[in-house]
Amino acid sequence: MGLRIIVLAKQVPDTRNVGKDAMKADGTVNRAALAAIFNPEDLNALEQALRLKDRYKGSTVTLLTMGPTRAADIIREGLFRGADGGYLLTDRAFAGSDTLATSYALSCAIRKIKDYDLIIAGRQAIDGDTAQVGPQVAEKLGLPQITYAEEILSAEKGKIKIKRRLERGVETVESPYPAVITVNGSAAACRPRSAKLLMKYKHARTMSERQTQSEDYIAQTGDRAYLHIAEWGVNDVETDSKWLGLTGSPTKVKTIENVVFQAKESKILSSSDSDIEGLIQELILNHTIGG
Amino acid sequence: MNSIFVICEVDEGKIADVSLELLTKGRTLATTLKCKLEALVLGHKLAGIDKEIFPYGADVVHIGDDERLAPYTTLPHAAVIKGLFTEEKPQIGLLGATTMGRDLGPRVSSALFSGLTADCTALEIGDHEEKKIQKVYKNLLYQIRPAFGGNIVATIINPDCRPQMATVREGVMKKEIFNPSHKGELKKLDINKYLQPEDLVVKVIERHMEKSRVNIKNSSIIVAGGYGVGSKENFDLLFNLAEVIGAEVGASRAAVDAGYASHDRQIGQTGVTVRPKLYIACGISGQIQHTAGMEESSMVIAINNDPMAPINKIADYVITGDVMEIIPKMIKYYKKNSK
Repeated sequence: MGLRIIVLAKQVPDTRNVGKDAMKADGTVNRAALAAIFNPEDLNALEQALRLKDRYKGSTVTLLTMGPTRAADIIREGLFRGADGGYLLTDRAFAGSDTLATSYALSCAIRKIKDYDLIIAGRQAIDGDTAQVGPQVAEKLGLPQITYAEEILSAEKGKIKIKRRLERGVETVESPYPAVITVNGSAAACRPRSAKLLMKYKHARTMSERQTQSEDYIAQTGDRAYLHIAEWGVNDVETDSKWLGLTGSPTKVKTIENVVFQAKESKILSSSDSDIEGLIQELILNHTIGG
Repeated sequence: MNSIFVICEVDEGKIADVSLELLTKGRTLATTLKCKLEALVLGHKLAGIDKEIFPYGADVVHIGDDERLAPYTTLPHAAVIKGLFTEEKPQIGLLGATTMGRDLGPRVSSALFSGLTADCTALEIGDHEEKKIQKVYKNLLYQIRPAFGGNIVATIINPDCRPQMATVREGVMKKEIFNPSHKGELKKLDINKYLQPEDLVVKVIERHMEKSRVNIKNSSIIVAGGYGVGSKENFDLLFNLAEVIGAEVGASRAAVDAGYASHDRQIGQTGVTVRPKLYIACGISGQIQHTAGMEESSMVIAINNDPMAPINKIADYVITGDVMEIIPKMIKYYKKNSK
């Protein structure tokens, strides 16, 4: 029996490769200077979903992402790697969401998708590192959660077995499903794009993206349903606006500072033998090392 | 005034260090706010554990001792905390940013619609003026953390929702006994009041815990490598130096992400916070994400190709050059000069 799997994914600025132009002079982040990527641990999550799909015939993997219209990129990326479809949740009403408002919006979209067995997400996103959205979605849907998952061992007879990676070891837990699982970066890396799927889905577009294409293009691809990426705005899902966006976010950013180090009086040395030997002698003399 | 709650974690029958660190911080905050500091411990076979907590200044210790609460699973712990927080209405709730705290915190905050800030590096009390509605909020918890990969530091507040919740990693706060003979009130929780059968659906069927092999937190000398070290093989050189001078090897997040070093060696906001007497930073640029975890080192030596690397600003010694050339020289001259 096939599993219906929803993968929660986020498009994030690549904060791991921050160049010198990443911060503006006023101390704010220059988002334009950072590449937008598929959040790394969400790729680990996608791989776990695709492995279940390989193992349990008839399973489907559907991506769900919330973000600006360009976040459709990561749905295409998922399709190229083996997902079956995706939903982009995009609306100004969601802007300014903290983790709680984000999980509320996602949980409303998941309720609308309705038929699912597993919800799998990355443990955390590299732009915030909070690891909150997965558990918060689980709570909103009243589902069990299994965080820090390293491997989904099986999903049979309504029960999943999952290996979790903890600070000092591993544990295996068993849970009924539907359930929410968040996957750790130590899990298997995601498979690469498949050339065949790349050909099949390279023209997959959301409605907003299609509107910017030529009529010829639309005529050519219009009748192929698999090329339509579902795009939902706030009116397509049942929500209560008081839980959305800034209003629905209990946390506020009071201040943001660009970090300026208090420069210490430092001693500048070269890599020459005399400099290094001098330093080592000094460290031994003042009992910093070799004590 | 409503209390501050610290949710304590039990590790091998003892209160975890991170929880004692939070109690120490919580004691300071409670004194500032003139409110009570309360601790909550959930688990099994906890007799006498309150004695470990009171010296850290807790006014009340709540104990939930029940076999259904150990080993830890999310739902029963979340159910008890949701119930207790609804009754007690704390103004602040603190948890360790451990696999447990980061699993439990968001679940509770989602249920109570209270804001939660992850991995704070500082907690302070202060006011906030919301100009648009001309309202001044007094004595909010400032939850301070690096964000955006550590390129900025943000102060987060929860003006309207309670409790104000935050997680803090082990080692970020200092643990300090408040008063060895401090006594407070012990309250035993009736767990049956909070648990439903559906809270018990997840079962731990196997567990392998190891004693941590790496102990960078307690090492007095740390040789840490960053992305600039270049490869896992080059990291071996850091291990050589560490062995010779009696140090542990740490790594920046970028080096761990690149696979040069294991996760348990990661130093920084999303890793361990260390305060050694000597920190040798090799090929580390020094993003705040990293420096947040090592800036209290007594002495810092920065070895870097880039004379403008941010790490140099907090270093006592800056050696500009190639890590692969400098470390062998350090090993050589250490051997020559030590007896």
